Amino acid sequence: MASKQPENSLLGPEADSQRTLYPNVTGTSVVALKYKDGILMAADMGGSYGSTLRYKNVERMKAIGKHSLLGASGEISDFQEILRYLDDLILYDNMWDDGNSLGPKEVHNYLTRLMYNRRNKFNPLWNSLVLGGIKNGEKYLGTVSMIGVNFEDDHVATGFGNHLARPILRQEWHENLSFEDGVRLLEKCMRVLLYRDRSAINKLQIAKITEEGMTISQPYSLKTYWEFSAFENPTQGAVGSW
Amino acid sequence: MFRNQYDTDVTTWSPAGRLFQVEYAMEAVKQGSAAIGLRSKTHVVLGCVNKANSELSSHQKKIFKVDDHIGVAIAGLTADGRVLSRYMRNECINYSFTYESPLPVGRLVVQLADKAQVCTQRSWKRPYGVGLLVAGLDESGAHLYYNCPSGNYFEYQAFAIGSRSQAAKTYLERRFENFTDSSRDDLVKDAIMAIRETLQGETLKSSICTIAVVGVGEPFHILDQGTVQQIIDTFEIVAEQEGPDAAIGQEAAAEGAAADQGGSTDEGVAPMES
Repeated sequence: MASKQPENSLLGPEADSQRTLYPNVTGTSVVALKYKDGILMAADMGGSYGSTLRYKNVERMKAIGKHSLLGASGEISDFQEILRYLDDLILYDNMWDDGNSLGPKEVHNYLTRLMYNRRNKFNPLWNSLVLGGIKNGEKYLGTVSMIGVNFEDDHVATGFGNHLARPILRQEWHENLSFEDGVRLLEKCMRVLLYRDRSAINKLQIAKITEEGMTISQPYSLKTYWEFSAFENPTQGAVGSW
Repeated sequence: MFRNQYDTDVTTWSPAGRLFQVEYAMEAVKQGSAAIGLRSKTHVVLGCVNKANSELSSHQKKIFKVDDHIGVAIAGLTADGRVLSRYMRNECINYSFTYESPLPVGRLVVQLADKAQVCTQRSWKRPYGVGLLVAGLDESGAHLYYNCPSGNYFEYQAFAIGSRSQAAKTYLERRFENFTDSSRDDLVKDAIMAIRETLQGETLKSSICTIAVVGVGEPFHILDQGTVQQIIDTFEIVAEQEGPDAAIGQEAAAEGAAADQGGSTDEGVAPMES
């Protein structure tokens, strides 16, 4: 029986090779917050290949234009595709050369439309994106998921960050954090993620965006503590075995 | 302008390097009823003269709201103007949907100009026979542009197009240096005065002119007739008429404004009726 789908549809068994079914190389959480001068964002540099922590030098945060910073978790190749789209967008925006420029709100909405449209075609870009920036003194921080769910907030996170980092941020974030306090808060979140998220690696970058522009730190690692007594001789007192 | 052998096609150059069809299209703009625009740093005002064809008909709409921050006044073939307004509204709404931000007027104007240019380079098309005064706001402040059928566009502090626009231009030329710092109300008053210049003696009433404003914190909107008549009254009081006549004239004009559906005739000092 011939398929009832039109020739160019993305549904049906033959079309499976042409659309995204599952991610291959993935990045884990991104965490970001608003602080006094702009936005701070943190992400580790890992690219996992399933359960293997395969790539350890993946930059998952990039500057977009003069005013925005994009961080992504999920499929790395889809993130690179999104960067290409945004490259074109910013290029055409600059070519107008007219004193107007796309700010973080505009880029965020563009990404929302992009992600939602792909979701509607059953061919998603398998990413959760964090878009932060500051323009004319106004700070902006938003997120878009692979199905096009988008919202803004004072602090956002993707993936495991939603479960482990957001509760910390809800307790400890406040308006007008200093740079040092912001970094300390982000490191606290990233440390918890490092302990508890199996896809996290101990090599992270923190990026900041202010009116002056975007800077991204050199990769560094967090100090961790593994000498808890419960970790020594973990099977002591255990009943039975499998 | 006389007929010649190079004016049949828009895609035919004359030996002097002119495209006559494009120039004829610009003539159509000059024949339309006047439209004027002027801007300050924060506001732009558009005005136009609305003449109804007959006492029985209503006048044509010549000012269109394109978005909260952009409006346009046209002169020439109003049908062409309507089509271009629809294009502009579409562009604005699509941009707003994608970026949740208003389309900068400077970019809309370029898109409009490029659209007009296409019609000057296709043998199966004709140029749009309408001139547009585009008033809008963007990041860099208030702007007024004039879009030609030729596909050119220019930015202005103040401008007038259509028939008898030279009179308005002369008025504006004398005053434009002060417009940048004008208050909104002064700008509106100047717009109405510029319209009056194009009427050349005819009585200025709110029923024959339309004024629209856009500014920082003020979305584009057309002023209602009552408001316009009030402003007219503030400076028409010093007209030739003496005291009592002036009072009757005012009431007649107000009556006319209230009851008007666009079909009122030129009355001067008419006795009022209920």
